[in-house]
Amino acid sequence: MIALALVGHSGELLRALREMVAQAAPAVPVATAGGTATGHLGTSSPGIGEALWEALRASGGDGVVVLFDLGSAALALEMALEELPDRDRARIAVSDGPLVEGAVRAAVEAAGGASLAQVCAVADGERATAKLPADWPGRPGSGR
Amino acid sequence: MTDKLLVRWLSLAGARVAAARERLTDLDAAIGDGDHGINLDRGFRELLRRLETGLLERDPPAAVLEGAGRALIGTVGGASGALYGRGLQRAGAALLVPGGGDAGRLDERPREERAVVAFGAAVDAIAALGHATTGEKTMLDALVPARVAFEAAVGSGATLALAARRAAEAAEAGAASTIPLIATKGRASYLGERSIGHLDPGAVSSALLLRALADAAEG
Repeated sequence: MIALALVGHSGELLRALREMVAQAAPAVPVATAGGTATGHLGTSSPGIGEALWEALRASGGDGVVVLFDLGSAALALEMALEELPDRDRARIAVSDGPLVEGAVRAAVEAAGGASLAQVCAVADGERATAKLPADWPGRPGSGR
Repeated sequence: MTDKLLVRWLSLAGARVAAARERLTDLDAAIGDGDHGINLDRGFRELLRRLETGLLERDPPAAVLEGAGRALIGTVGGASGALYGRGLQRAGAALLVPGGGDAGRLDERPREERAVVAFGAAVDAIAALGHATTGEKTMLDALVPARVAFEAAVGSGATLALAARRAAEAAEAGAASTIPLIATKGRASYLGERSIGHLDPGAVSSALLLRALADAAEG
């Protein structure tokens, strides 16, 4: 089964997100890399590398979809990926989708036995998915 | 570049970063997430701790730079740690002869020429990892002109100390040139036009690190 790796600035944020993901898809393995090694807000490529490796192992080699938050996360993630052997890197797909919605959506897809490319595609798709109907009250210009 | 110079530079850079911690953090608070000084100080403290306890090798220069880069990457937490760390690592790797074996055979050209190669490799690595170029209100606005000035000085026969001073001057002018720029990279880009009128904290810390190099090279 495809596993998820969640990468971000805060360990606390990612632990809570992992709980939300587990509620939706308890069988899907989820590894997290949040904050620095010293427990500060930030990202750390060695920590990300460990989470990728852990997720890959938990997936039984099927593959890992990575979701990340803002700023330096993409940069640290890129460094961590460069450290991996080609064989492992080929089993990792990075999603450009939003962290929370993408992670939950991807986990549900993974639990259904989808492929690496499919799981990554649904997480990416959350970027374009509106969360509110156009006439929802309280939106700028909704008139209500 | 001798290992003694590298150790002196890293020590001086750590002290300068610690002294500038509040200033860098204030600059970052204006247009970013307000942690540049704190992050960089944490990274350099760890780097110097490793240097003092022997966890970081003091020789040869390629190993010093690799270890120093690793310390920053592991502890800074922000983009600057990854960028400076990767820059130092690539500078170290550039001092080795390609295909020089597992132990890595050291380049034996004159130290000014080796420094040009290392400096260039660091700036190239930072630009590649940051997917950035000059004019985007980043550390590259200090580092790229510094590299050009350094190469030009060495090319006209300057000593390492003089070339480093020219590089520091160019970096300081480059950092000042970020004030009217709009940030298009990093957290500052969220501000769009409101980022105009502020110094880029990464460009300021780059200039500070190069000034430390110039002062370390003066001896």
